Amino acid sequence: MIRVQGLNKWFGEHHVLRDIDLHVAQGEVVVVIGPSGSGKSTLCRCLNRLESAGSGEILIDGVPAPVEGRELARLRADVGMVFQAFNLFQHKTVLDNVMLAPMKVRGLSRAEAEKTARDLLARVGIAEQAGKMPGQLSGGQQQRAAIARALAMRPKVMLFDEPTSALDPEMVGEVLDVMVQLAADGMTMVVVTHEMGFARRAADRVVFMDDGQIVEMAEPNAFFESPTTDRARNFLAKVLTH
Amino acid sequence: MSALLDHLPEFWQGLIVTLQLTAASFAGAAVMGLVIAALRVSPVPVLRGIGTAYVETLQNLPLLVLLVLAVFGLPEIGLQAGLQVTATVVIALYEGAYIAEALRSGVNAVSSGQGEAARALGLTFGQSLRHVVLPQALRTVIQPIGNIFIALTMNTSLAAAVGVVELTAAANRVNLLEAQPIPIFVGAGLAYAVIAACAGLVTGRLERRLAVVR
Repeated sequence: MIRVQGLNKWFGEHHVLRDIDLHVAQGEVVVVIGPSGSGKSTLCRCLNRLESAGSGEILIDGVPAPVEGRELARLRADVGMVFQAFNLFQHKTVLDNVMLAPMKVRGLSRAEAEKTARDLLARVGIAEQAGKMPGQLSGGQQQRAAIARALAMRPKVMLFDEPTSALDPEMVGEVLDVMVQLAADGMTMVVVTHEMGFARRAADRVVFMDDGQIVEMAEPNAFFESPTTDRARNFLAKVLTH
Repeated sequence: MSALLDHLPEFWQGLIVTLQLTAASFAGAAVMGLVIAALRVSPVPVLRGIGTAYVETLQNLPLLVLLVLAVFGLPEIGLQAGLQVTATVVIALYEGAYIAEALRSGVNAVSSGQGEAARALGLTFGQSLRHVVLPQALRTVIQPIGNIFIALTMNTSLAAAVGVVELTAAANRVNLLEAQPIPIFVGAGLAYAVIAACAGLVTGRLERRLAVVR
């Protein structure tokens, strides 16, 4: 579904991604973990070209990701993205947030788009918030609305860029529950997160990144029980002691 | 006072021309401003360059110079139009540069995540600007655009210098007959003040009604 080959990325002099090779199969859930500044968010953003790649190749469903223009917009329509800061459109109701892209990009009628939107809002458990503005919702509700908005495009892949990092602790669970359900339904997912519990529970594969490189890649049990590199062992020792 | 009251029809005619100049050139300036602001935030460098050149040129020349150049210069190259039409177009193009800058600051005030989320959903650059970024940008620049509207209203009086008989020119003509500048120009000034006050009321209302819950 996603194939990344020899991806390199620089921010000025700073080499943020080094020779990344990654393959995500249809229906697979890949969780990317690692210390801050390790390049995991940048990798996630490169997958739908919110960041341009320095060199290397990204194939989505066998097709090279277009560089710009309408082809790129079409690619992004098939790749859902959920942000750390939710990024709901502040001037539109939750329902309109979910309906906008299906109407403008997919050409759905208002009635069709509204039906899909209401179904999805019910699925993420916030059906009764449909008429509210994003600012009136809690963080957890906003993030679930953002997931519904991405799902409304019927994407082939969902990217999650630290979806729970901006949430109060008691709201993390409600968002992770939606994501676990999505994974169980067979969605192909790339999830950048610090939630080790989610990685154990829902991941098919854990990718550990440090300093712009993929250091280790393994099934969650193998990775958490017996990491093979010192860097991964150090990282886990720090995050799992609490 | 009688100087004012005896010439009400002339004042009225002048006020109507001022209102026509204001309304038509503000409409033109709004369209122009939208286009130029879109150019200035475009990802294409050439388009950004065109937008910047436009703003720098029109903001850095006095309106009076532009009016005189247009009225006397355009017929030289075969473009003939009525004085009021020429003045309307020149004021629209000039104020368009200011509206573009106000809009651009509004666009910059919208968090970059909004545009990213729109693009991540597959909206094209134009669609994300139109449906997501500009509606939010507009809400933050209602007040500055109201101020530009007021400045534009006052600037229409420069059209008097190129022969358009709007409120200021009408007042001047009445003064040539009556030689009572104080009541005549205070009267004209009050008319401008009323237009400006109305604009202030409207922008205040719009701001309250369109406020975004954050």
